[in-house]
Amino acid sequence: MSDTITAKDINEQDKALLSDLQDALANCMKCGNCMEVCPVYKEVGKEAAVARGKLSLMEGVLKGAIPLSAAFDTAMAKCVSCKACTAKCPCGVPADELILRGRQAAVKARGLHPIKKKVFALLKNRHLFDFALRMAGIFGPLTFKKIPGKMAALARFPMPGMDYKRVTAPFASTPLRSQYPEVIKVDRPTMRVGFFTGCTINYIYTDVGQSVINVLKENNIEVIMPSMQHCCGTPVYMSGDVDSAKILAKHNIETFDRYNFDYIVSACGSCTEAFRIEYPHLFHDDPKLKDMTEKLAKKTYEISEFLIDVVKIDKTKLGSVNATVTMHDPCHMARGIKVTKQPREVLKSIPGLHFVEMKAPDRCCGSGGSFSLGNYELSRKINDKKIADIASTNADTVVTSCGTCRMHLTDGLFQNNMNQDALHVIQLLDRSYQAGHQK
Amino acid sequence: MSQVKEKGVIKKMEKNHINALKEIVGEENVLTGIEDLYCYSYDATPGHSHMPDAVVSPANTVETSKILKLANDNHIPVYTRGSGTNLSAGCVPTKGGIVLLMTRLNKILEVDLENLVAVAEPGVIVAELNKEIASLGLIYPPDPGTVATATLGGTVAENAGGLRGLKYGVSKHYIMGLEVVLANGDIMNTGGKNVKDVSGYDMTKLFTGSEGTLCVITKIITKLVPAPEAKKAMMAIFKDLDNAGKAVSAIIAAKIIPATLEIMDNATIRTVEDYAKVGLPLDAEAVLLIEVDGNPTVVEKEAAKVMDALKANHADFVQIAKDDAERDKLWAARRAALPALAKLRPTTYVEDATVPRNKVPDFLREVSNIAKKNNVTIGTFGHAGDGNMHPTIVCDIRQPEEMKRVYQAMDEMFKAAIALGGTLSGEHGIGLGKLPWMEQQHGPIAMNAMKAIKRALDPNLILNPGKLVGEC
Repeated sequence: MSDTITAKDINEQDKALLSDLQDALANCMKCGNCMEVCPVYKEVGKEAAVARGKLSLMEGVLKGAIPLSAAFDTAMAKCVSCKACTAKCPCGVPADELILRGRQAAVKARGLHPIKKKVFALLKNRHLFDFALRMAGIFGPLTFKKIPGKMAALARFPMPGMDYKRVTAPFASTPLRSQYPEVIKVDRPTMRVGFFTGCTINYIYTDVGQSVINVLKENNIEVIMPSMQHCCGTPVYMSGDVDSAKILAKHNIETFDRYNFDYIVSACGSCTEAFRIEYPHLFHDDPKLKDMTEKLAKKTYEISEFLIDVVKIDKTKLGSVNATVTMHDPCHMARGIKVTKQPREVLKSIPGLHFVEMKAPDRCCGSGGSFSLGNYELSRKINDKKIADIASTNADTVVTSCGTCRMHLTDGLFQNNMNQDALHVIQLLDRSYQAGHQK
Repeated sequence: MSQVKEKGVIKKMEKNHINALKEIVGEENVLTGIEDLYCYSYDATPGHSHMPDAVVSPANTVETSKILKLANDNHIPVYTRGSGTNLSAGCVPTKGGIVLLMTRLNKILEVDLENLVAVAEPGVIVAELNKEIASLGLIYPPDPGTVATATLGGTVAENAGGLRGLKYGVSKHYIMGLEVVLANGDIMNTGGKNVKDVSGYDMTKLFTGSEGTLCVITKIITKLVPAPEAKKAMMAIFKDLDNAGKAVSAIIAAKIIPATLEIMDNATIRTVEDYAKVGLPLDAEAVLLIEVDGNPTVVEKEAAKVMDALKANHADFVQIAKDDAERDKLWAARRAALPALAKLRPTTYVEDATVPRNKVPDFLREVSNIAKKNNVTIGTFGHAGDGNMHPTIVCDIRQPEEMKRVYQAMDEMFKAAIALGGTLSGEHGIGLGKLPWMEQQHGPIAMNAMKAIKRALDPNLILNPGKLVGEC
């Protein structure tokens, strides 16, 4: 494949995609207000790093002024998809979505990055994916050294695609869904809830999954974890591989539709966003799947949101948790599904817990899902600001509602020689219920 | 090989020039990839773009000086740029050459509490300077709409104003001294920390607002002022535009200088209401937003007088904010003005034609007639207190027929402002956007004088050539 594919070439490949972009891009008035909030631009300082520059590059490709080159691809990749630019834009330009469209155009014209191609091929095959990640849990200790007292590990030797110094979380020796039966029964259930675990909770942060189950059980809710569920597809969607994202989405939609749950619950902002916003978007022109996705979208909740808005938890059952806690709002919670009040309400319900708000709690932690894999140094710099904000609260615990945020915060705390715990909101609530039983 | 170099003749950049630039600032601070160059081909002004040959980011004054010497010796045009948020195409590299990106010079060097002065590099974001001095009870008042993104250097070069212009003035009222690099690379200092200083030509004022055509600013000495202790916001709705105009005059005649005295015309009111549903009556011809600030006792007294003036001039509705939450509500309509208008159509021209304060109603009526006559959408809001209006034209630059009408409307609008004794630009600068009307405002003698200054300081015409005063 030649390195220069012009607008004309893509035009022939996907006219609909382009004509769509043309109007949306024209709405950017180039005021540059996105520069104020873009975490990547703040570190890089170059126009191609900020939304205004990225949208201009797309315009340039459409005008035929610049090629859809490797550098275009790199520019599109340098985005944590935190949606801060979209929230700031006075013209209402959905810049984060347009950048994804830019990535899609690049994928269509140039193909996926070879490493991503391999990973995504694996991801599309549920059995193989499950097998690979189980093996990672079993053989993980050979390659990763666990850090005592934390859900964290350091690589024992350099690994491809991974920074040597980087702290990640160990893969679980037994995935969450293998630790429990598919249906977790309670006496006289008030409702039946499907738990969409997502990959990080199933394979890595099983502690979060256990807390979700414990808390739901405390509220007399029957929890079902459909065994056939699979990755929500956000990572591939964010990389511009729409076709693979659609395969994963369709699989999950059909799986969850079969159970006829009262509600679907997830403990991750991005997974919730997938069910609630991305799936209906992906299948808006497919009459059969459209109805199904919209029905599922309406009953999907993030766990804190579910407990506060739907279950309306009984706060008298909660026992004391002595901790000073601050909270980081994941981008896809704050600007994706717009859930920020409920996790705070969960924390404030817990007796003994002292909540301290950090500066700019909804500023991106730098993880950006898989962004940090390809841009580790940059994601560290963005994260260092977050870690400094955490430090200035004097909290002993930082909580969040996203697995990859938790992982990146854990790494940041370690790299900055700090000893705070990084947890999911639901874990503190779980502790509080346990303390309540000992009252 | 010797080459005869004529004035104003631009040479194409050669590989050896790029290499020389890399030697000055380091390889990573010279961008030459076509994608990066494309990202510096525009600013926030619609309709102007051109690719540079290189984007160069110096780290300090010495590097800046070396770059300019190289550019001057080789007749390479230089376009100084901060965050690229200006509205007059001021940093579009229309003739190629070098975009000189000043954002790496981003340190606040000194806050001198005894002289109430700050010394900062040009790449400092204006809001960052204000954040730094807020805890000291001080402010740097110029606050253009882009205060959170614009660089200090950019706002000084454009002589930016803002919402507080009536009471606090614009950038030029706060710049006490500068360090600049001249076109040939010489480093020059102007002014200083002296409150009174009449030694020599006022080069500080000349360079402030020179839009990158006379020098490159590398250091800025600014005056700081005490932050007001109290603020009080009021809003008035008028069914009759003339009454709004009279109310503005009455407030000033009562010897009150509000920090903010904003107006929105009917087109803006209807757009804002449609977009933000803040409860404005659609038949209102004007909304005024007034804020007085200062000593708490004085603020209370002044607010009462403002309310009297509004009522005496037949405001159909008045409201005074009792607390911060109410203040935010009153401001919501004004804040929504630009976003609401901008969302109507893809392309947005925010102009800043300015007229003497007492001519504001006349100008608003003219603009509204011009819009009707040319079938163009224009919402006007702006700073009634200082006569600085923002007629905002929304359109679609991709529609040639519509753009003809837009340019016709612009032409009539600027001529109307000049006829009312006004000026082309209150705070955005001339750049390329308003260049076609410069001669009409200033006449040939003043234009020649300005061009003579340009030629004297930049004989090879490398600094932002063709802008502000046009081709020399």
